[in-house]
Amino acid sequence: MFVEDINGVAYGELTEIILESGETRHGTVIEVGEGLALVQVFEGTRGISTENVKVKFLAKGVEIGVAPDIVGRIFNGSGELIDGGPPLIPKKRLNIHGHPINPYARDYPDEFIQTGISAIDGMNPLVRGQKLPIFSGSGLPHSALAAQIARQAKVFKSNDGFAVVFAAIGITFDEADYFISEFKKTGAIERAVLFINLASDPSIERLSIPRMALTVAEYLAFELDMHVLVIMSDMSNYCEALKEISAARKEVPGRRGYPGYLYTDLSTIYERAGRIKGKRGSITQIPILTMPEDDKTHPIPDLTGYITEGQIILDRGFNSAEIYPPIDVLPSLSRLKDKGIGEGKTREDHADLLNQLYYAYARGKNAKEIAVVIGESALSPEDILFVNFSDRFENEFICQGRDVNRTVEDSLNLGWKLLSELPKKELKRVRPEYIEKYYQKVIK
Amino acid sequence: MKDGSIIKVSGPLILAKGLKGTKIYDLVYVGNAKLFGEVVEIRGSIYSIQVYEETEGTQPGELVYSTNEPFMAELGPGLIGSIFDGIQRPLPALRRESGDFMLKGSKLSPLDREKKYDFCPLVKIDDKVIPGDILGTVKESNLISHKIMVPFGINGTVVEISAVEATIDTTIVKIDSGTEVFSISMCQKWPIRQPRRVSKKMRPQEPLVTGQRVIDMFFPVVKGGTACVPGPFGSGKTVVQHQLAKWSDADIIVYIGCGERGNEMADVLLELPELKDPKSGESLMERTILIANTSNMPVAAREASISTGITIAEYYRDMGYSVAVMADSTSRWAEAMREMSGRLQEMPGDEGFPSYLGSRLAAFYERSGNVICIGSDKRKGSISIIGAVSPPGGDLSEPVTQETLRVVKVFWGLDDKLAYQRHFPAINWITSYSLYHDIVDEYAAINVSPNWKEIRRKAMELLKREADLEELIRFVGVDTLSDNDRLIMEVSRMIREDFLRQNAFDSIDTYTSLEKEHLILDLIIYYFHKANEALKSNVELGRIFQIPSRENIARSELIPEDRLFQFPDIKIEIKNEINELIS
Repeated sequence: MFVEDINGVAYGELTEIILESGETRHGTVIEVGEGLALVQVFEGTRGISTENVKVKFLAKGVEIGVAPDIVGRIFNGSGELIDGGPPLIPKKRLNIHGHPINPYARDYPDEFIQTGISAIDGMNPLVRGQKLPIFSGSGLPHSALAAQIARQAKVFKSNDGFAVVFAAIGITFDEADYFISEFKKTGAIERAVLFINLASDPSIERLSIPRMALTVAEYLAFELDMHVLVIMSDMSNYCEALKEISAARKEVPGRRGYPGYLYTDLSTIYERAGRIKGKRGSITQIPILTMPEDDKTHPIPDLTGYITEGQIILDRGFNSAEIYPPIDVLPSLSRLKDKGIGEGKTREDHADLLNQLYYAYARGKNAKEIAVVIGESALSPEDILFVNFSDRFENEFICQGRDVNRTVEDSLNLGWKLLSELPKKELKRVRPEYIEKYYQKVIK
Repeated sequence: MKDGSIIKVSGPLILAKGLKGTKIYDLVYVGNAKLFGEVVEIRGSIYSIQVYEETEGTQPGELVYSTNEPFMAELGPGLIGSIFDGIQRPLPALRRESGDFMLKGSKLSPLDREKKYDFCPLVKIDDKVIPGDILGTVKESNLISHKIMVPFGINGTVVEISAVEATIDTTIVKIDSGTEVFSISMCQKWPIRQPRRVSKKMRPQEPLVTGQRVIDMFFPVVKGGTACVPGPFGSGKTVVQHQLAKWSDADIIVYIGCGERGNEMADVLLELPELKDPKSGESLMERTILIANTSNMPVAAREASISTGITIAEYYRDMGYSVAVMADSTSRWAEAMREMSGRLQEMPGDEGFPSYLGSRLAAFYERSGNVICIGSDKRKGSISIIGAVSPPGGDLSEPVTQETLRVVKVFWGLDDKLAYQRHFPAINWITSYSLYHDIVDEYAAINVSPNWKEIRRKAMELLKREADLEELIRFVGVDTLSDNDRLIMEVSRMIREDFLRQNAFDSIDTYTSLEKEHLILDLIIYYFHKANEALKSNVELGRIFQIPSRENIARSELIPEDRLFQFPDIKIEIKNEINELIS
């Protein structure tokens, strides 16, 4: 929407649009020249005509009011409370775009978070301050997994405050309702801040909703010393909204119609995870995105993967075989695991064990593929052991119930139990002293 | 030169008028907040300015201040151990000034102006000097002696040498050119987009030893050379770059974190000071300069970060050092160019990238090289550039990778299949290449072992043969292989697992000297030859595979650098055990 006859309007400024009917909408200035401003309308331009519409420039960017008692509240995509509770009296108002963290001020994330899920804790450990997305597809149980992580997540030796900030970005009512009821059921709602933009809400709100959520998260983490877990679902809808708006602005598209600045734009969201030296709080992000056609090379998962510190990939095959969580561990990765595991954090053998499990599972899967082509008889006796290992690994290690909360000890011991079926000399990636200590030992 | 005013704001691009006399690439300060900007286009009286900071809150009508000079890097003592953003603002000082978050409009001097350095003059009064001549030195860190050079364009006679202990702004030497007397301080400035001069470029002569076995042995890079590391996400590009920053044997490392993750930069920052240089035992930070412009920091500053970094590298090269530049990632740099180009409404080329992408990339890589520096002592310096490339979807046919491959001489192709098997570094040995083998073979034959080339070629031959055999097995099964082929498969597996694979997180395995690299591979090839002998004498293959010394070969990568004398013993063991099988 273009606005004429303006003066003293700044780039990024928030506007109020007053329609003929008296209805008020909001927008932000995305380009400004002399006497002319281009305004992006949050609630959509339906019903706006070029006559009898007034635009008020508010001389400030998009802001959200925050206060310690924000925890437990539910907002919509315009930052208004929708839980029917009393109004929030803001302690301060913060611009939702925030500022980049000075790289020098960052502290390296190295505190292990136990999610209670073996495929994550054992194979791709999550640490505080990390951003670890879930790459999913339509029809896969990513919501259940995210809710389970939110419920079970726990850090050792810490009694700092913990909060969940949840941003629903263009998801269906059912999905949003699932999260809300999950949070209510477990009492997690008491320590959660929810931002809800449903599929039917204006898509432009999807651009500001993750930023509002993260602004609140930054406030909780770096001013109130809390550990904040931010779940954003579904980031694909965010990117679609960005594409829609970029097309409307007639910008030169990059790959597959997405704007060329998709990477930069996504990074201004994902990079807001982290820890800061000298501050107790932290922001850990679990963005969820559905990959179109389960294609990892699609721009959304691709650019996300280049920014985030790893990814958890869900697999359709596992899901139909009723393996829950259907995490495909081979392409999944946690980049920050190395400093978060080991003695004093999880257990001394964790790194070696993890590498060995990866190797054994990859080898088993490989052998299985060969067996499909030329028959099982062509496999060497060792390969058969590895095939069996990989089957058990999928069914016992990866697979666990929706309510099963395994400690990291349990996960590691389970790993050793499975490895104990393989000959000792094949365990090349584990140091001899750990083989001595754990191999074929019944660990309780 | 006149100040102008803003007429349009669109993200990091600002249009202004009235800047008469301002030239392309001149530095300007924009608006009330005095944001850093650079003139990138002039059309009639309309000036397009690329702004290095967030422009939210900027209005048309605000003033634009011209400085009438291009954006300059500040060069002098104090660079080593520093960490800058893309426009050379010192991040630690910025944090002290404005807190944990990056606020805009901060103006901070890149170098410490208060600190005093001990200047040791190397010239005397009445000495004739030309540009590049060393006036004296300053101990900048425990590893680096900083050479104060005569700035470009000044010829003459030294007429005064003063101030032994001085700040970087103090005049330390005066030079009389006959027409004018120049006051020289320890600090000079150089426009970042202009390569610093050299007197002559030469062919590279020595390997850049990285301590990474797959690189040094099979795909080596040289001092003054260029390499690129493309790979999909999760294939370990950054770990490779970090390893090179930590262990390569250049004198100075310039690490440019261009549009990458903040936590990774934090990792480098926290880890480097702790690590010790394998040669000198000093902290690695004593030779490192970091440029950190993470992905969420302003995109125009990201575009500048590469030029800032390479300019600093050139400055140290001019002192006669070998410098290695790690740029992680050049794709993000290219994307920053694309974003600015899109806003300038230029005609897009492939995938929306500007059509000058190729020439910009080439110009960047061409700033590498093994050179004779300017100055009368003809000292030698070099810059090696290692650029990471992040191709979307891992597809190497995309423009940035293709344009990069046209200029670089070494290609380390990262393979996500290897990464899934946790084979790191995930450098694919079939697709990667290096055009520097001749130089390195020649060097290694003299400095490491005469049979370097021979065992390298033998090992590569085995690996290639293995890849072919694997194809075959996919169709007909492992049973059909002859014993000879099985031996090749087994030895190739040893090469992969005991040589190529290297654990960056193990304190011994993380760095391997050329000597040790040669010894390990030599053991494996020796085993192959002995096993072949045994096969010819009809020894059963299973027994050859099971000799006890195999265990020692597998663990040889963990032999510390000061115990390399253990290798001949293992060789003797192999010999005895196989000979026993034959007899």
